[in-house]
Amino acid sequence: MGRYIPSTRDELRAMLAEIGMNSVDELYAVVPEGLLCDNLNLPGGLSELELDGKIRDISDKNTVFKSVFRGAGAYDHYIPSIVKRVVSKETFVTSYTPYQPEISQGVLQSIFEYQSMICELMGMDASNASVYDGATAACEGIRMCLDKKRPLALVAMSANPMTIETIETYADACDMEIDMVGVKDGRLDIDELKGKLSNRAGCLFLQSPNFMGLFEDVEAIKDELSRYSVKLVLAVNPIASALYKTSGELGADVCVAEGQPLGMPMSFGGPYLGIMAANKAMMRKLPGRIVGRTRDDRGNAAYVLTLQAREQHIRREKASSNVCSNQALCAMTAAVYMSAMGPDGLRECARQCHSKAVYLMNELSRIGFSPVYEGEFFNEFASTCPVDKGALLESLAEKGILGGLPVKEGILWCATEKNAISQIDALISAVKEALA
Amino acid sequence: MKTIFETGARGRGLDILPKLDVPEAAIPDSMKRASAPRLPQVSEVELSRHYSRLEKRSFGVNDGFYPLGSCTMKYNPAIDEEMASLTNFASVHPLQGEKYSQGCLEILYTAQKWLCEITGMDMATMQPAAGAHGEFTGLAIIKAYHASRGDCRDEIVIPDSAHGTNPASASMAGFKVVSVKSGEDGCVDVEALKKAVGPKTAGLMLTNPNTLGVFDRNISEITRIIHDAGGLNYYDGANLNAIAGVVKPGDMGFDVTHLNLHKTFATPHGGGGPGSGPVAVKTLLADFLPDGVAVKTADGYALSRPGRSIGRVRSFCGNFSVVVKAVCYMLSLGGDGIREASQVAVLNANYLKKLVCERYESAVDGICMHEFVLTLEGLKKETGLSALDVAKALIDRGMHPPTMYFPLIVHEALMFEPTETESPEMLEYASKMMKEIYDKALSDPDSIHRAPTKTVIGRPDEVEAARNPVIKFY
Repeated sequence: MGRYIPSTRDELRAMLAEIGMNSVDELYAVVPEGLLCDNLNLPGGLSELELDGKIRDISDKNTVFKSVFRGAGAYDHYIPSIVKRVVSKETFVTSYTPYQPEISQGVLQSIFEYQSMICELMGMDASNASVYDGATAACEGIRMCLDKKRPLALVAMSANPMTIETIETYADACDMEIDMVGVKDGRLDIDELKGKLSNRAGCLFLQSPNFMGLFEDVEAIKDELSRYSVKLVLAVNPIASALYKTSGELGADVCVAEGQPLGMPMSFGGPYLGIMAANKAMMRKLPGRIVGRTRDDRGNAAYVLTLQAREQHIRREKASSNVCSNQALCAMTAAVYMSAMGPDGLRECARQCHSKAVYLMNELSRIGFSPVYEGEFFNEFASTCPVDKGALLESLAEKGILGGLPVKEGILWCATEKNAISQIDALISAVKEALA
Repeated sequence: MKTIFETGARGRGLDILPKLDVPEAAIPDSMKRASAPRLPQVSEVELSRHYSRLEKRSFGVNDGFYPLGSCTMKYNPAIDEEMASLTNFASVHPLQGEKYSQGCLEILYTAQKWLCEITGMDMATMQPAAGAHGEFTGLAIIKAYHASRGDCRDEIVIPDSAHGTNPASASMAGFKVVSVKSGEDGCVDVEALKKAVGPKTAGLMLTNPNTLGVFDRNISEITRIIHDAGGLNYYDGANLNAIAGVVKPGDMGFDVTHLNLHKTFATPHGGGGPGSGPVAVKTLLADFLPDGVAVKTADGYALSRPGRSIGRVRSFCGNFSVVVKAVCYMLSLGGDGIREASQVAVLNANYLKKLVCERYESAVDGICMHEFVLTLEGLKKETGLSALDVAKALIDRGMHPPTMYFPLIVHEALMFEPTETESPEMLEYASKMMKEIYDKALSDPDSIHRAPTKTVIGRPDEVEAARNPVIKFY
């Protein structure tokens, strides 16, 4: 019998006989004749050994770069070995959403701990159990802030373009009104924002550090928003949050983030982690699963899925969101990563990312790649590119280096703790060679 | 047990990073946070043991029978996990360019091709991250299609037996939900449907087999009624494990469908995710798919943006490593194996149903598809015990309970989906336990009401949890 089916032919025949049938075709007797298909136009199955060879061959068609200087939404951070070991534990991998708390305390507690760590990291009051990724977290965050009285979302164009594109798609589909606020000197144009604020606006979506790596002047922006009681949905970098002012300190009503830097491999874009946290007033508007602590009938501490009155399986068309599956194992990954790094390790990681990016910027600047924008940045920055971008990046790729992302300003570079000084110096030599 | 915050001691930690090897760059004090985050301070051994303890307090498919209806908790093959974590997939940056990502693109292309053949559709996107996300994507496509024709349609028809995500997704996508009553077998009431459709009908959302595990034999007529009214048909792929390789949604008259790779295609559910909810469509909708459809060109594989694309529903190309696992699964089974898996899933459900119904009452008589629903209304009247009580008693007998109180149209419902990866002796054991509980319910109802007793906690106070939410440690 086929792969992963334990029953033998004889056992299947016996089961069929038990229900009064001679063949499996009888199971589908109810299906109108014309709808049955005889077979799929697909090849036969592979043995495990054949599959192993085939998939390895396919994966070998990818290039794995020795050093990576590209970010723009996906970051090459070091993942401690213990993280990978913990999150590959079979029970964590194969369990379903913890609907039965008595046999799911482990998964539930892990989510409770994740929520607690996110609240600490972001300085917020409440976190959900995750959504799909940073871009969808942004969309859900915006949706939390809009209602009939305030149907308009302002969106900073300095954010990651893929996030903006996702917001635009959600806006079209969900009938959300959005208005883009432009960019000046690499950051949100605050004068333009002032002109667009009104009592119709529910929120501003802002990313800091923004797509160009620059910190926005969030406090000044928050002051402007407060004049019209417009909420702030702030997208942040979770590694930077260990060191820089938190979303809570900056006055965010909703904090969202792409959680991939917290221990998830780049994996061609997923699975990643949509982090969502809120202040107390917005807690009950959070979409998706939330775990709470209570007591059982014996008086023990117990964890359960809670505040479910918001959710689709209870409220159906009146639910605050349609989220059902989330990224639970990715949330656990982030929790194990934060525990492995600890408060000091995570801050050291942030410090190293920033210092290496500054070093890279200075070295590039010396050879004619000057920074495009002034001001504080975290671990990404844009430089000019005095030569053809495509040709330069190709020549770097030949040396096993993934250079920065080509953007209209030039090149958007990124450094992480993984980029040892020797890697950065090798990049600089390779760029010099390409120039010569 | 202790939380991780109560484990370890101040100053403990792992030694992960080397010393900084470039000059330290100053950060203005005004930009720094006031205090360090109170993250755990644990040694590696404490961290390891903490999560081992949590693992023991959880239940996965590896631990035992998991007949959670509608969730298709089949076995998750080991090789699929290993392949998805290969360095040459895991270390690929999503923006490193098509030239350097040919392997990843081939995986996406292969997944699209196989899923289109299985569903009878023409083009697919792997971008949606979960089933509900796929529903949202499919509805956004339906909306864009009508809008492109200047056709103002804002109603989605959904039977009352549908999964909760269907109405939630439709309402999120700005549609008015028109609920139609189902018959007692969960099938669409064709006369009621005819009355529900009109010039405002944008489409229908349906799963077939339905949530009572019954294949709706009127399906061609149902989809025709919607088409005749100018609407499109959306197939909720949650129940595809009954019919993959046997009946194609495209042949039933559906125009768009999502699939749950974490159900039908054996990728694990991770305690709630990550899933993957690819969407496949007929040619008339292909032009509206999200950005980033994998295509084959003369120079290899590439990503393409359809002409009237709805844009994108998340970053990059979806939960890629989940797609790798599903491709491994499909290649392992092959076309014949996929068909066989469905057939045995249906056989296992019918076998279990036959055995269990020696005591219990089925919500619908006759042959079921991959799952069936019991109604415990009779037992409740007789003993005062509910579906919840029976579910909890199953936990003490080493099983994960079936889905409770769904579909909503069945009172005291328990929904079983055994899947094809269970042996006859497991099904026989499960039915034996169900019968034992039944007999106990009559002779000693209190003992069932006290269940579970062998677990690390008893029944939690969920009302208190919602009334005074404690959702973080500090």
